[in-house]
Amino acid sequence: MSATTPLEHTALHDEHVALGARMVPFGGFSMPVQYAGILKEHEAVRRRAGLFDLSHMGQIILEGEQVAPWAETLTINAIATMKPLQARYNIFCNASGGAHDDTIFYRLDGRWLLVVNASNAQKMWAHLDAHLGSSGVRLTNLHGRSALIALQGPRSLEWLAPHVDLDLASLKYYFCAEGRVYGKHAVIARTGYTGEDGFELFVDGTDARAVWQALLRDHAHEGLEPCGLGARDMLRLEAGMPLYGHELTEAITPVQAGLSWALKLNKPAFIGKEALAAELNGDAYARIVGLVMDGRVPAREGYRVFLNEHDVGEVRSGSLAPALGGKNIATALVSKEAATIGATLAVEIRSARHVATVVPLPFYKRPNA
Amino acid sequence: MANPANLLYTKEHEWVRIEGNTATVGITDYAQHSLGDIVYIELPKTGNSIEQFKSVGVVESVKAVSDLFTPVGGDVVEVNTILEDDPAAVNRDPYGTGWLFKVVLKDGAKPAGLLSSSDYDAIATD
Repeated sequence: MSATTPLEHTALHDEHVALGARMVPFGGFSMPVQYAGILKEHEAVRRRAGLFDLSHMGQIILEGEQVAPWAETLTINAIATMKPLQARYNIFCNASGGAHDDTIFYRLDGRWLLVVNASNAQKMWAHLDAHLGSSGVRLTNLHGRSALIALQGPRSLEWLAPHVDLDLASLKYYFCAEGRVYGKHAVIARTGYTGEDGFELFVDGTDARAVWQALLRDHAHEGLEPCGLGARDMLRLEAGMPLYGHELTEAITPVQAGLSWALKLNKPAFIGKEALAAELNGDAYARIVGLVMDGRVPAREGYRVFLNEHDVGEVRSGSLAPALGGKNIATALVSKEAATIGATLAVEIRSARHVATVVPLPFYKRPNA
Repeated sequence: MANPANLLYTKEHEWVRIEGNTATVGITDYAQHSLGDIVYIELPKTGNSIEQFKSVGVVESVKAVSDLFTPVGGDVVEVNTILEDDPAAVNRDPYGTGWLFKVVLKDGAKPAGLLSSSDYDAIATD
């Protein structure tokens, strides 16, 4: 995207500005990186709940008899086996097995909703369009029309339930329902990207401000906080969830990213299948690991990682982790020999080596999950 | 927060308080607000000789690493050790408990090239 392209605004842009958010460019949109502060927002989501504007993410409707078999040729996970109103994580790969995008499919009544990363929205639209062939699948881009509001945190159910017209408690994790939120039509999904219980509300752009304002009006006094991309990144990293452009890229495969659980090699041919099968079977690939740093110096993307003085890879994401008592955590893509749980590695930060220990992912699991 | 009138400033958002031959250095309220939650600060070492306007450390917030430039040259005589365990003191009190380091000025002369509080107020705006 050229620097002169004006940033798009979500339907909630004026709300963010009114709340004093710091706005930054992200995926072609002007988005809030923080309101009251990243640590305060993180704390709200882990202890109570936070409210996120995710309207920058791409939303594409897929319709037609052949959506499931057609989309299975483009993705690594199963789609045909999804139950009505189920949601499922899935990854589109290139022929080399690198990730084109990581996404969620929602099987709605008579249609499918595909949510793609904002940074990949144009690329994904072109990719889907180019592969339509004779499938009869029809694509509708909801870009700029549908908003997405996420309510995430242990009190999400308690706070949202009074404002919807369905039995929210019986909605299972990674399932969705169509109903009304504050009287506005919504697809309500029990999905999220924070490691907490929570809901994602797909509402029409023209209804987004009413829903956002009503949730804050009714629950800000109980500790609901608007949360920006900064808190979201900290929360997802603690929860061990990949972020496209970091743990997954056109060069980093789902196998390397530790997402082989989503790879269904018993499916018929799909883009990247042969490369991913060979990589998995060869077992020699570099892989994403979790690191906990000794000391207070944060590890950041691009820093080199060493094992016994040998350069074995690089940091892909790094953050302070309040859920781990304020330790610094990171993901790194490292060679197989360095990817042993408990291994002591070193991260080079401004010419000094800092000790880091390889730990299992995720870093954080919510209580009773 | 008003920028104190008794301090001098840089356009990189550091402040300095000069008392006799000693200068105390910090970052401004505008700087701490722009950075957000500060999680790590790397300061020059006591005993080091540092040159005016050179990078002498880093200030890291949750999202970013920023160079720390010194408004004055001289010998570092003290660093604020509470920041090792509590870097957020800079967020809470940038002109007080969140000071960074102290320098003994080399030639005793007042350093040149610094901004008054009113000059700094004019550039420290969003």
